[in-house]
Amino acid sequence: MNWSHFFTSSVGKKIIMACSGLFLIAFLLVHAGLNACIWAFDGGEMFNKAGHFMGSTVVMRILEIGLFVFFIIHIVQGVVMELQNRSKRGSKGYAVALGNRGSKWYSRSMAILGLLILLFLIVHLGHFWIPNRSNQGWLLGEEINLFKEMKEVFSNPVWVLLYTVGVIALFYHLSHGFQSAFRTLGLTNHKYINIIQTVGLIYNVVICIAFIMMPISFYFGWVQ
Amino acid sequence: MEHYNMNLTLKVWKQKNSQSAGSFETYQIKEVSSEMSFLEMFDVLNEQLIHEGKEPIAFDHDCREGICGTCSMYINGRPHGPWHGTTTCQLHMRAFKDGDTIVVEPWRAKAFPVIKDLMVDRSAFDRIIQAGGYISVNTGVTIDGNAIPINRENADKSFAAAACIGCGACVAACKNSSAMLFLSAKVSHLALLPQGEIERKRRALDMVAQVDKEGFGSCTNTGACEAVCPKEIEITNIARLNREYLAAGLAADK
Repeated sequence: MNWSHFFTSSVGKKIIMACSGLFLIAFLLVHAGLNACIWAFDGGEMFNKAGHFMGSTVVMRILEIGLFVFFIIHIVQGVVMELQNRSKRGSKGYAVALGNRGSKWYSRSMAILGLLILLFLIVHLGHFWIPNRSNQGWLLGEEINLFKEMKEVFSNPVWVLLYTVGVIALFYHLSHGFQSAFRTLGLTNHKYINIIQTVGLIYNVVICIAFIMMPISFYFGWVQ
Repeated sequence: MEHYNMNLTLKVWKQKNSQSAGSFETYQIKEVSSEMSFLEMFDVLNEQLIHEGKEPIAFDHDCREGICGTCSMYINGRPHGPWHGTTTCQLHMRAFKDGDTIVVEPWRAKAFPVIKDLMVDRSAFDRIIQAGGYISVNTGVTIDGNAIPINRENADKSFAAAACIGCGACVAACKNSSAMLFLSAKVSHLALLPQGEIERKRRALDMVAQVDKEGFGSCTNTGACEAVCPKEIEITNIARLNREYLAAGLAADK
């Protein structure tokens, strides 16, 4: 069995989804951690320092390319698999559906949740990453004041609402994705399943509350 | 348990052959005993149709004791009907009450084309078994059954996986028409025993390849299969299958 065969079988494709998903899960932790610097309540000094480190360090910028690669792999593979799986169903659907009796709605809706997150991601990059990097000349130039940018964006209730919806989509996507990734990699058994589910839930709640509180903190002026 | 009779409305999928479109037919059936099995109710209905000069409904059945995996009906939105861990043939009419409408459909999956009415072609499962669901044994004198020591836990897990009767309910319930619960049961059954060790690596890779060839979807771990399996095969078997596949694929030297 050669490598291309290994990764293109129905199990192999899932392994790619799981590995890229776990990488993105790790990224979210870093992202939330850095953003939490806004709660230093120092007018964004620490936050901008963290942002400067991420934007002006060569290693970080190389990792950033890796992050985009994993995002693209996860998105493209996810869409391809959803379309392929849809084509495997019978030509007719059931008159009476199984619905929630067998599985959770969010487990069956990973593709649509993923697309919602993608839409959010595009808006999100448009708000912060693109203006910042273009100001830098895409390399290691001068960055914009990201703290000020956040303050501005999150003074608009529409964006606060949109970010909240994006994070809710992320919450449900992760509710399935976290434990599904471990199952796909064969790491789930009776001994580990409780640990995986508990850690997944704690991770998910912490990450999502942290992300939701960021726009809200600015909107209500808790962070100045 | 109290016995009662009921009048029912049945909406059954009728389809002449794999090429035709098919549609639902509505049938009225009277005085159905609560002690009948679901298939006996269909026998009565078919008798009634024959007497009326109509064509009876084609459905798969064989042992009628829940172990052959032949019966396959999607009843009121659930493979094998409303009872948990029960095949269609072991479903009894006391699950329903007077005046109920029961919708009966065939398994829906591209890899399981409808042959006629409620019968689907499940030979894809046979070809998956042929691809690797076997073990090597020496010819000659029969070996004593207890000659190979097997630890109790593995024997139990293997037996639980071997309970899979290959009915296809997992595929029918899956939004991706994935056969992973079936495949994982077959792979686990042999991978857990010393007898299965010889073909272990090849088995995982070859059977996955055959599943893909037959046109089943990939598993997205929704758990619908586990919820409807009449033999209560656990989804942890799918994690074991993935483990087997990873180990075999990474260890293969070509």
